[in-house]
Parts: sequence; structure tokens; C-alpha cells
Amino acid sequence: MRNFLIRRIFFAIITLLVVSAVVFSIFSILPFDPAALTCGQRCTDQIIEGNRIKLGFDKPLYMQYFLFLSGIFFGRSYGTGSAAFSCPAPSFGYSFNENACVTDLLREALPVTISLALGALTLWLIVGVSLGIIAARFKNKWPDRVSSIFVLLGISLPTFVTGLALLIWVTIKWKLVPLSLVGYTPLLENPFKFFQYFILPWITLAIAYAALYTRFTRAAVLETLGEDYIRTARAKGVKERTVLFKHTMRAVFAPIITLAGLDFSVLIGGAIITETIFNLPGLGRLTLRSVFEFDLPVVLATTIVAASVVIVMNLIVDMLYAVLDPRVRI
Amino acid sequence: MAELLRIENLHVAFPTDDGLVRAVDGVSLSLNEGETVAIVGESGSGKTVTGLSVMGLHKKGSAQLSGSIHLEVGDSSLDIVTATDEEIRLVRGRAVAMIFQDPMSSLHPYYRIGNQLAEGYLVHNPGKKKEALKRAIEMLDLVGIAEPDQRAHEYPHQFSGGMRQRVMIAMALMNSPRVLIADEPTTALDVTVQAQILILLASLQKEFNMGILLITHDLGVVAQVADKVSVMYGGRIVEQGSADDVFYKPTAPYTLGLLKSVPRISTHGSDRLKAIPGQPPSLINLPIGCAFAPRCEYTSYAAGDICLTDRPELLGVRPTHLSRCHVAEATRDRLFVEELKEVR
Repeated sequence: MRNFLIRRIFFAIITLLVVSAVVFSIFSILPFDPAALTCGQRCTDQIIEGNRIKLGFDKPLYMQYFLFLSGIFFGRSYGTGSAAFSCPAPSFGYSFNENACVTDLLREALPVTISLALGALTLWLIVGVSLGIIAARFKNKWPDRVSSIFVLLGISLPTFVTGLALLIWVTIKWKLVPLSLVGYTPLLENPFKFFQYFILPWITLAIAYAALYTRFTRAAVLETLGEDYIRTARAKGVKERTVLFKHTMRAVFAPIITLAGLDFSVLIGGAIITETIFNLPGLGRLTLRSVFEFDLPVVLATTIVAASVVIVMNLIVDMLYAVLDPRVRI
Repeated sequence: MAELLRIENLHVAFPTDDGLVRAVDGVSLSLNEGETVAIVGESGSGKTVTGLSVMGLHKKGSAQLSGSIHLEVGDSSLDIVTATDEEIRLVRGRAVAMIFQDPMSSLHPYYRIGNQLAEGYLVHNPGKKKEALKRAIEMLDLVGIAEPDQRAHEYPHQFSGGMRQRVMIAMALMNSPRVLIADEPTTALDVTVQAQILILLASLQKEFNMGILLITHDLGVVAQVADKVSVMYGGRIVEQGSADDVFYKPTAPYTLGLLKSVPRISTHGSDRLKAIPGQPPSLINLPIGCAFAPRCEYTSYAAGDICLTDRPELLGVRPTHLSRCHVAEATRDRLFVEELKEVR
């Protein structure tokens, strides 16, 4: 177990270095001058050159990359004299477009995205797994058919359709949820407002994923029900309910957890469409904005955050799998 | 000897898109305490379906059963064919237990052996968790697993194939059932382990005075342990009698074919294996006449085309020895004696 962890952490660091280096190089190849992007139309060459030196764009690429890395651990300061400012560690650089340290931007966006992803995950696991079990239990009967209609709709409707539909009907026409433009309220500050704020984005994301999980669970339950060890359980005189919820679900649980971990990690990288529709100031929208505005430090930071989450979740999933499946030892 | 199990005129059919699969077509047999009855036949002959019927393990709706399966339960008897799901569940593992062909896949990979065994006891004795675990360890000991109290905490993948089959046997015996159905219990095992398992089953049978319904295609196994034998072909019994009768005086051509096809360490190294030509019949479209007729070399000895047009009845050669064949008994005796000389 310890060796496994050490090995995996070592490879995780290598992966992150490669990811950041690749993103870094891509932006250096693009035909844009990052220094010129720091000021508007009425810019003089003098200001541009000043900013270039201030932000370190005058240095060779490998040096810029090194400064970026050291900023993560030691923080970074820019400029000299009265115009000097600094971003404390962990610093992912400075966004000129937003006039803010990138870390602060992340600090604002991450809780929103995590709340969105966690809530949606909970919702789609409950709905998807339950529907999958019901569909498998009543295979080819009406509950199965109804759930397959749901699966078909959930998979084929893109989130921008379900999201907008929910927004139009639930918020605007029926006024069940207030159209909230005031912004994000943390859960602990006002739970009611928090739920009101997130309920529609959660449902939007959960519909798409729940459909996939319904299909997955149904298939996994049906496959497991055909296993020899399930027949053994029945031969012991175990009740059918116990056969389904204990013996079968125990085996189905492990792959569902794996899938959920990976899907969750992808969502943390940003549910761009959902965040945009519902105007959520999350990581996805931050990424989108920074890409359009060529805000290199922010793109770099969001990419690294997304990659880290994927890597860490993979590690957690692998460790969980070893706990869930006694045949897997790490 | 008390009768523990009596199957009468059992029919099991599965409706499929291609038609009705008649997996079991009029099987009757009985099992007494302390007795081993073997059902022999090749794949698809209906022997496993017969065993699963006794356990009531066919899915409701996917199988059509008729006839009767009388199982002794305490002082009364239960007809599995007409019993409710709950009635059947209560006898499973308690009055009748089953061990399966593949011990590798028949144990739940995620639960500890001890708990899997204990569950079988707990189902029928709710709340007695301590007793159940104690009994699980006793049973593991009984089936010859060393250090049972430690091994009870292990998972199936930590056991070898032979050990897992021992675990399956221990599991089947948790509630001391009177009837044990052993479906190919040694097929997935090495030959040396096969012998150990058969010896173990025989000694446990004595100890518990169980009736064992042994389902197998392995005539060697049958010869070692069976008291009575039913040979199945195409869902029907083609020969039924004591093990001695069936082995030494077979009267159905199919039985003879089976005996002839057993590989032997022969003195003539160049002898080819004597397989029965052709394929087993489709259970959807059984021939109108004798199911074995298309593969039988004796059809010409029967009157006219009767083998192809009429289904032979299961008739007594002796009161306890039945077989299904149109060829006159005297003719069969004469022809089979010659063939059997070769086999011996």
C-alpha cells in the first residue's frame, strides 16, 4: 500500500509537470503577444514593454516556466517600487484582464463548481442507481420500459436544452424558483438560498448522468443476477430481496463507485455549459472566459487544477476499489 | 429405507423465440435415504434442468413445469412444482441442498467464506449469528479444511479449486439436509482432487444418511458411487436401473454407446476413440420417433421404420430395470453381448 502510494504520487507529479509544460508551450506558440494583451486599444509600445518586463514575458520560455513553478511554492512578486504587487503562494500567476491573482480567482470559482458537482453527483447516483435496479428487477415490464424512455431522453437531450427548458418553465413561467442573479451563497451561510441557487443546475447535470447510470446499473445488475454465486445464494434459501440488495448490489457497487469517481473528477474541471446557462461563477466559466480572452495564467491554472483533480480522483478510486474488492490488493 | 424424493412425469419447457425448448420430457425417478442416484447424459440432455427443478431454481415465467416433485420435509412432503415461492425458499438449503459444477464461480467473491456459510444457517435460523459462525467452522473442519477458524475469515480467491468445492459441500450441509443434489461436483477439478471429493461425499452421506442425486456425464464417477442410474437423452430417460444393471447389462443402444465411448488405456495403442456419431437432437424439434434414432446403429433390427415414426416407451426389462427401445429385447441381448465383450 505504501509503495503503491509513493509510486502513484511520483507519477502524478510527472504527469502534472508534463501537462503544465504542454499548455505553457501551446500558448507560447500562438501568434499573440501576451504583453500586448495586457492593455487596451490605446496602448503605447512603452506600456507594452513595461508590462512585458513586469510580468516576466521578456525572459526566455524555460525561465518563465520555472518562475511559474516556483510561484506555486513560494509565491511571486511583480514590478518594482510603488507599482509592485505580489501574489502569495500558492501563486498561479497574475491575471491582467481581471487585475487579480489567479489563485484568488480559483478560490472564488472552486467552491461553486464543487457544490455544483457534488450536488449533481448525489442526485444522479440516487436517481440513476435506483432506476437501474428497478429496471433490472422488472426487466421488460412497464417500469423497465418507462425507465428506458427516461434513459433515451436523458442521453439524447443536451444540457443546454434541458437547462434552458428548466430555466424557462420552472423559473420564468411557473416561478417555482426565483431567478437569482445575486450570486453564490455558501451552504453554511444560508442553506435555503444555497439549495435554491443550485437546484436547477443540479437537475440539469443530473438528468444527463442519471440516464447513463440507469443504463449502466441495469446492465450490471442483470449481469450479476446471472452469476453462479447468485444462484448459490438462492440455493441457500436467501430471500429474493436479500439476493438483490445484498449479494447483487455488493458486486455492482464497485464499478459504479469507479465510474462516479471519474465522472466527478471531470465535472470539477468545469461544467462549462451548465455554468454558463445558469450564470454560475464556477471553474468552467472561468476557463471559458480566459480562453476567449487569451488570459494565459488563468487557462494554465484551470488546466492544472482539472488535471490534478482527475489524477487524485483516479488514485482515490483505485484505493477504494481495493477496499471494495478483496481480490484487488495494492 | 424412507423415500426422500420422488419425481413423477416431470416436464420442464422453456419458451424461446425459436419455439418451446422441451428440456425435460417426462422424467420419473425416486431417491431413498442413504442412496446415490445418478443422472447420466451428455450436455443438453436435461440432467441439470432436472436438478434445478428440484431446487425450484427455475425463473418464474421463463420455465413451464408440470408433473410433480415430492420432497420429504420433516414428516410431510412438499410438491415443488405446485409450491409457492416462499414454501420453496424455506426448504432450500434446509431439506434439499445443491452443489454446483464450478466452485470457482459459485462462491461470492466479495464475502468471507465463514460469512457465506453462516448465511445459509442464518436464513433458516434467524438471529443465531454466533451459532451460525460456530457451525460454519465445524463444517469446514468436517469437509477437511485445515485451520478452519482462520480460513473462515478468508475470501474465495484465497482457496484452490478443490478447497472451494469442499467449501461448497460444507455450505450445502450447513442445515443437515436430507437430500443433496450434486451437479457435476467433480467436473471442474483435477483427477486426483475428484477422487478426494467423491470419497468425502460418500463419507458425509453415511454420516448424515443423505440421499444424493448425482448429476454427471462421467461414467467413471457413476460406477464408483451410484446405487441407481438414470440415463437421459434428449430430455427423456432412456434407461433406468441399478448401477450394476446399467453398467453390465445395458439394454438401450444409447447407454451402450456411452459405455463404448469411455476412453480406455488400451493394449492396442492404435485403437480410435469410439464416439457416438452425429449430434444430440435439438430440444425444440425432437424427432417424432425415437430421439436417438438418427444416431443409432440398430434401427435396422426394429420392425420397419418404427424407430423413425413412433416414440418408444420406457418399458421394464426387469421390474427395476427400464429402457426405451423398439428393437426386440432378445435381439438386443444377442447384439449387445458381443459389443460388451469389447468394452470389458
